[in-house]
Amino acid sequence: MFLWFHKMASPRFFYRLAEILIPWFAACTAIIVVWALYLGLIVAPPDYQQGESYRIIYVHVPAAWMSMFVYMIMAVSSAIFLIWKMKIADIVAEVSAPIGASFTFIALATGSLWGKPMWGTYWVWDARLTSELILLFLYFGYMALRTAIENRSSAARAAAILALVGVVNIPIIHFSVEWWNTLHQPASISKLDTPSIHKSMLIPLLMMMGGFKLFYLVNMMSRARTAILEREGGASWVRERMAQDRL
Amino acid sequence: MINACLTVIRRDLLIAARRRGEWLNPLVFFVIVVSLFPLGIGPEPNRLQEIAPGVIWVAALLATLLALDSLFRADFDDGVLEQMLMSAQPLSLLVLGKVVAHWLTTGLPLLMLSPMLGIVMNLQIRALPALIASLALGTLTLSLIGGIGAALTVSLRRGGVLLALLVLPLFIPVLIFGSSCVVAAAAGQPVEGHLSLLGAMAILAIVLAPLATAAALRVSAE
Repeated sequence: MFLWFHKMASPRFFYRLAEILIPWFAACTAIIVVWALYLGLIVAPPDYQQGESYRIIYVHVPAAWMSMFVYMIMAVSSAIFLIWKMKIADIVAEVSAPIGASFTFIALATGSLWGKPMWGTYWVWDARLTSELILLFLYFGYMALRTAIENRSSAARAAAILALVGVVNIPIIHFSVEWWNTLHQPASISKLDTPSIHKSMLIPLLMMMGGFKLFYLVNMMSRARTAILEREGGASWVRERMAQDRL
Repeated sequence: MINACLTVIRRDLLIAARRRGEWLNPLVFFVIVVSLFPLGIGPEPNRLQEIAPGVIWVAALLATLLALDSLFRADFDDGVLEQMLMSAQPLSLLVLGKVVAHWLTTGLPLLMLSPMLGIVMNLQIRALPALIASLALGTLTLSLIGGIGAALTVSLRRGGVLLALLVLPLFIPVLIFGSSCVVAAAAGQPVEGHLSLLGAMAILAIVLAPLATAAALRVSAE
């Protein structure tokens, strides 16, 4: 177990592993997403209450879900980095941050687009939208801290501490926002986006969730490969690889 | 160990007593920000009364944020921080001492000023005790959480804006419970629940924040 851990920790091994996995994962992502979009946008019936506009959930819900999931990945790999000083964990955390921020932004944008026909306005201080907005701020803070510190190893450790502080705070923020929302708003609005869902709508949604996760993995691994090359530029294995690729 | 913590508190209070400008500025800022609101939205007493809890709480939060930048700055510049890192005492306790001293010089005067600002904003008299109590628990939590951000940014030359970016999202739960505590008191509702939650957050912050701050200081002092 520990040996395997150690092997995984070497950027060289990860670089090679990612190289092998990326095409497979990318193909799976494309197939699943296209199929799920077909099922979701064409096969699934329109909602009796929301009509066609509910279909945005096939992008919105997976994106919102991923925004939390990616932050969890960042926090876990930050913890791994702080405890075992594993370089690759830091790289994963670093390259995940912009992806997670993008998912958060997509969730917010699609949420407000959905809000226009449903609520009659692009923005409502709904508990979930507000939590997502705060999550976006947390991502921004993380990325800003990383770019602000020039020394790479201090930047990595400082960012890891911040990610862990953030992950302790996320549940507190989430529940406080939820509570704040019930205090200030009638509950009828949040009722709309938690309907019990029919199978023909649920299956494409679950597929989209899987597809988004694979998409994240592909994206994360290819970014990590670039980051590895950038950091390990001087290492002999990188030079050998580059010489090989040129042939 | 407790002695070391108390020594840090005594030292920082002494320094604050001799350098008045540093801790007076956030207080003046607090007063000015609150008085900007009637100027910005008009002097109608009812409207002011309605927004008073939120305005006072946001202003207190910003004043705390403003004061945070100086929390470790001087010690970082003159090398005291390195001595603390190398001392045999646990760093998190020394950090706790520094944050408590910092709160005594910024948070405590803030609460003493707050009833006056409440009256200026036409807040009901019966809400004033809740305002003071919620600020007491809340600003302590804010100082503790903000200490993490201050420690992360202390080595950066212009860390002020970054500090705000890092800690403001983390301040949100305190703001929510703090201002709704005052709103509830103004409406004549019981506030024990709000205060218990604020107290719980303060205790959680006392236990966890110094550990994170100490870890962040070790990174920044490299």
